[in-house]
Amino acid sequence: MADENATVLLECRKVSKLFNDEGNTQAVLKAIRDGVGKDEIQSKLGTVVGVREASFKVHQGEFFVIMGLSGSGKSTLIRTLIRLIEPTDGEIIIDGEDVTKLSEDGMRKVRRNKVAMVFQHYGLLPHKTVLENAEYGLKTRGISWKERREKAQSAIDRVGLSGWESYRPSALSGGMQQRVGLARALSHDPAILLMDEPFSGLDPIVRRQMQQEFGRLQNEEDLTTILVTHDLDEALMLGDRIAIMRDGEIIQIATPDQLVTNPADDYVASFVEGASPARFMVARSVMSDDPLTARDGDSAESAVEMMRERKIWSTFIVDGGNKVQGVMSWETIQRLAQSGGTLHLGTGARKPVTCDSETPIDELFPLVLNTRHPVAVVDDQGTLQGMITKNMLLEALAHDIDYDEEDPESKPDLVASEVETSNQPSNEVTSV
Amino acid sequence: MFNEFPETIEIDLRTRVNDAISWLLDNFGGVFDFIATVIRTVLLNLEDAITWLPWPLVLGLIALLAWTATRSPLNTVVLTGLMVMIGMFGYYDLAMITLAIIIAAVLISFIIGLPIGILAAQSDKADAVIRPLLDGAQTMPAFVYLIPALMFFGLGRVPAVIATVTYAVPPLIRLTNLGIRTVTQSAIEAATAYGATPRQILRDVQLPLALPTIMAGVNQTTMMALAMVVIASMIGAEGLGQEVLLAINRIDPGRGFEAGLCIVALAVIIDRITQGFADQYKESIS
Ligand SMILES: Nc1ncnc2c1ncn2[C@@H]1O[C@H](COP(=O)(O)OP(=O)(O)OP(=O)(O)O)[C@@H](O)[C@H]1O
Ligand SMILES: [Mg+2]
Repeated sequence: MADENATVLLECRKVSKLFNDEGNTQAVLKAIRDGVGKDEIQSKLGTVVGVREASFKVHQGEFFVIMGLSGSGKSTLIRTLIRLIEPTDGEIIIDGEDVTKLSEDGMRKVRRNKVAMVFQHYGLLPHKTVLENAEYGLKTRGISWKERREKAQSAIDRVGLSGWESYRPSALSGGMQQRVGLARALSHDPAILLMDEPFSGLDPIVRRQMQQEFGRLQNEEDLTTILVTHDLDEALMLGDRIAIMRDGEIIQIATPDQLVTNPADDYVASFVEGASPARFMVARSVMSDDPLTARDGDSAESAVEMMRERKIWSTFIVDGGNKVQGVMSWETIQRLAQSGGTLHLGTGARKPVTCDSETPIDELFPLVLNTRHPVAVVDDQGTLQGMITKNMLLEALAHDIDYDEEDPESKPDLVASEVETSNQPSNEVTSV
Repeated sequence: MFNEFPETIEIDLRTRVNDAISWLLDNFGGVFDFIATVIRTVLLNLEDAITWLPWPLVLGLIALLAWTATRSPLNTVVLTGLMVMIGMFGYYDLAMITLAIIIAAVLISFIIGLPIGILAAQSDKADAVIRPLLDGAQTMPAFVYLIPALMFFGLGRVPAVIATVTYAVPPLIRLTNLGIRTVTQSAIEAATAYGATPRQILRDVQLPLALPTIMAGVNQTTMMALAMVVIASMIGAEGLGQEVLLAINRIDPGRGFEAGLCIVALAVIIDRITQGFADQYKESIS
């Protein structure tokens, strides 16, 4: 997962691509700026707007997905990034360099050294062997035969095609051919990997398998990837951030959980309708960002007040920098309050269970179930960002359950009644 | 009054053409001499090499090629048998001379036709110029090609080869052009995406993928060369064609039939073998 501060490897600034724009390019670009719709432009000016003022940034290590219906301009957009299709307007900055200003030769250097692409229809050279295909990018770069072989072989091994080196692509199944395409891209050692619907030509089982393998590869090798797809599951499963396109325009860029829980408009909503939000939620989307905290040395009395008020039965002990030191239960604090004491780490504080804000929901269950305290959501410095209780988790899931609307009885009131009790003070003192 | 076409509007093209040719010969004689020398050298060496080969080796070679090209025992036997038949008619030597001319003509056609075909494929403008020329060339009667060859190079084998090349090269150009233009865009796009130069794309993608079509062009060119070599015997090509010509002159239908049969046999042998290799390659890349 890329964080916000990572280097920006690729940036698109208002990139537009027009087809059939001879003679009226400027008029169409002006119409676009004035917000005239794609259909209107097409019927009035005869120009097809392939991509419309697309802007986005892709960070080092990020998995960026471009998703949209057929004809929404995904392929056009990803191709304009390395000028396989010439953009009509806008800037494309790859690794700090505006590639739209480059000569043919300069652009070739970028293609040779910074990017690699995987195609929906593989784009393999049918007369070359698997190994020769895998090394093709290195060959255009003029790398020596020996080094080429080594790198290509290693890429072939990584995609699981060992033993097939001397076969021609026609002897391979679709899934295996796409592995060759992937090996060709990996041997190229690209700063940015571009993929246009790489898995959509495969049958569902092979597709799932390839997606999972690729997700693993992406993590292991810390790739920066831009993937085009119209498969929602694929986008949600693989993407760190997803850009949704419609009629050539990017209408929302969001993380999978934001997209599912908070779609920008009805179009996005209908797009993500089928997705089960809980599946793609992470700690950040479930947590309360206002956890109960106290400093070491605070009076127990005031902590008790706070806990009563907010009906939260654990308090995190934090230091001046809001770093989590420990967690204390209602019972302990109440006992301290009765004796008029103050909160100290030594007076019954426990080590809290923690997770980071990107922990997926399925990994949260064991954490939350293994402690009677809320789970502390912390960043990599240990600073407290939020907390997650069993309730919050269940609440998140509850949104995901299809209740029988006809029968009000069938909707269990999980949130308000039963479950709340599990965190309420009890007289039993359970050890953590 | 309209029985006679008015002489006043007659155009005297023939003197102009003749003048142009003698002007070219006067000013560029060296160029033509050079071309003639090159072709003669190629031809003589080929002829020497082919006639030097002992006939059992030639038969063995044909059998081997037929087998590797077709993988069919029947084809191998039939094709080798055809060569044996030529020998039994007593035309082995003449057939080898014809073969040498054909190989030289096809070689030269390839050297000329391939670049022109590539040019036509890569530039629509060049295509627009070349296409009508090819159309015209293919509708022209074969005999017409003898005339300029004769004028520039006199009588003999060299003009025969040149006439043969001029007649036989159009399908090669046409099919090279077609083959390159119909290479799948996805392979070209992939090569471009990996930073290939236009040259690399031509060498690594377009030519190899167009090769089956180009090979079909070579095959057609070979067949046309074989047909032309008979006609070219009128200006001095030796070999089987000359034998047919002699038979016509002496009104000896039996002899003409024999020689004709040998030409057909040679055509079948060359066609089957080249076609076989083309099919194999096509299969391997699809
Ligand atoms: N060469 C072209 N000439 C004219 N219009 C084009 C051209 N290429 C693409 N378009 C148009 O641009 C729009 C976007 O096409 P694009 O191929 O990028 O869509 P896509 O999102 O990749 O669709 P799919 O999921 O089917 O691959 C479409 O309306 C298409 O008709
Ligand atoms: Mg597409």
